[in-house]
Amino acid sequence: MEDTAALLEPGIQEPSQPAFLSRLRNGDEIAHLVTLIFAAAILLISVLLVFELYGSSVEARHKFGWGFFLTSRWDPVAGQFGALPFIYGTVVTSAVALVISVPLGVGAAIFLSELAPPRISDALTFIIELLAAVPSVIYGVVAMFALVPLLRDPIQPFLKRTLGFLPLFQGPSYGVGFLAAGVILALMVVPFIISISRESLLAVPNEQREAALAVGATRWESTWQVVVPYARLGIIGSVFLALARALGETMAVTMVIGNTPHIATSLFATGYTIPAVIANEFTEATENLHLSALVELGLVLFLLTIVINGFARLMVLATTRRGSAHP
Amino acid sequence: MTKRNCLVAGVVLALSLVAYEWAPTSATVVNAAGTILINGAGATFPYPIYSKWFDEYHKLHPDIEFNYQSIGSGGGIRQLLAGTVDFGASDGPMTDEQLAQTKVKVLHFPTVLGADVPTYNLPGVSQELKFTPEALAGVYLGTITKWNHSELKKANPGVKLPDNDIVVVHRSDGSGTTYVWTDYLSKVSEEWKSKVGKSVSVSWPVGLGGKGNEGVAGLVQQTPYSIGYVELIYAVQNKMAYGQVRNSAGAFVKASVASVTAAAAEASKTMPDDFRVSITNPPGKSAYPISSFTWLLIPSTISDSAKRTAITGVLKWMLTDGQKMTEALSYAPLPGEVVKKETQAIAQIH
Repeated sequence: MEDTAALLEPGIQEPSQPAFLSRLRNGDEIAHLVTLIFAAAILLISVLLVFELYGSSVEARHKFGWGFFLTSRWDPVAGQFGALPFIYGTVVTSAVALVISVPLGVGAAIFLSELAPPRISDALTFIIELLAAVPSVIYGVVAMFALVPLLRDPIQPFLKRTLGFLPLFQGPSYGVGFLAAGVILALMVVPFIISISRESLLAVPNEQREAALAVGATRWESTWQVVVPYARLGIIGSVFLALARALGETMAVTMVIGNTPHIATSLFATGYTIPAVIANEFTEATENLHLSALVELGLVLFLLTIVINGFARLMVLATTRRGSAHP
Repeated sequence: MTKRNCLVAGVVLALSLVAYEWAPTSATVVNAAGTILINGAGATFPYPIYSKWFDEYHKLHPDIEFNYQSIGSGGGIRQLLAGTVDFGASDGPMTDEQLAQTKVKVLHFPTVLGADVPTYNLPGVSQELKFTPEALAGVYLGTITKWNHSELKKANPGVKLPDNDIVVVHRSDGSGTTYVWTDYLSKVSEEWKSKVGKSVSVSWPVGLGGKGNEGVAGLVQQTPYSIGYVELIYAVQNKMAYGQVRNSAGAFVKASVASVTAAAAEASKTMPDDFRVSITNPPGKSAYPISSFTWLLIPSTISDSAKRTAITGVLKWMLTDGQKMTEALSYAPLPGEVVKKETQAIAQIH
């Protein structure tokens, strides 16, 4: 209809075009503004969060200064608070989780996207996405009643017999401890890694695979040397997300880590993480200094995630510059 | 571009101002129908009996409604100090330091009693174990590390105690249960008092931490040769085995509603006027030594007269008819002398 009108009266189209465009442009402006406000709101929330944490932790910050990061005594009765065992526990459990979940998750994602028949791939992906939606307290209960007894006997005695010469696998086996927390965290984050890695592997254009096969690569060579490097950014992104969840996980960790603020090299030992101690002690903290120290721990966790994420981003930058298969 | 940025900045500023101004200013809420709403917050341990009481009282007096948030004793005290609730509730009495911070005088009213019991997992031992105060303190200090230690053997003649390491379990979350346990250990052991002390969270010399009664119970049930402590009500409701404890009169007593009320009756002979008293390790042959009151914290001055009448009314009812509902929920009721003394103290609210 419009086309015929334009054909019949070409003179009319000219003045109507800018008006239509400018209206469209106005719509653009509104959309731009609205989305910008939403983006600014996220920034505002982060700023308010830091502001509030900083303000509420003033008492502990003044009393302990930088020593807060370097001392390991946590004694609410004597009013002595040091964050080191909690920082250590948070980093160690997250590291254990990543060491287990990254190979597992990326391997599963490669199978699902490259090798599995589509029907199996879709069915498994559905189950994996269900796993990602399970509440963490459920993982905690499973860990407490299934994982911990298994770790105490036979897994930890087995590790002690075979790898006991390493300081990582020594000491009494309680079942609960860094290892239990790391393993349950790995189970919790692996669905994120699989799901996002699979999506980014599927997004690799088929031409890449065809080109690799055309120059004589085997299927595995094409997958490992062409497809995976191409999807690298997406895979690394999935690991970031997994790490963020592992660092902040509270409920499942506190149920199996043993909740003792000690630093130990053995993964069998019990420990404590920052989110766990905040969840445990916040409600009953009656002394102002105690409360303030817990808030400062929240601030430390915030900084810890920024530092770790920043470090990870630097690593991505470094590898991207070196790599040749960057899209 | 600049104009747009200005607009964004304006909106952000407006949002932050709204956030800043938007703080609750008053706890007084009288809704449209003219009913009085009483807000309270605090301890989780008495929450089942409090919600039962408030529910029953509302049925008797439909014009009075209660809103009790079980956010923990610390939160209860904090909110009371901030004036955002009409009453607080705590498993431990407020300290002198905290009372000095209050704008109006805060009164303590004991409502019910609770107790801690030692629970254990000892494969191959079916008899009920007996614990001396020295044994409990030693185990939790880490000086007694084996089940066949002489202190434990002495109290349990005829029980074949194994030569295994004791796995100690304690609460990891701040709780009134821990307060009572450490308060008791501080009274029976000088070493505990000087090294660890009493609080809702302490720096434990040894042991694993479990979150909540269920966390401690779970760890004890799963870990062979372990010992832990849980709330009496939790042990009764879950039919857990627990040991007897020797009281200051030298008798081994098992925790029960009767032996806990007996402890309170003994302690109430020396009850101070402000009811801030620890009843652990009391005298008396039938008293269970690890028990405690839980308190309602009520400001002595309530300016809103309708609210004042409502609060004093429910308090009187809790101390009389309310006490009859405690045993069904496994709480130990207050002894008669304490009720009498509290009834007189209600007059201090004006």
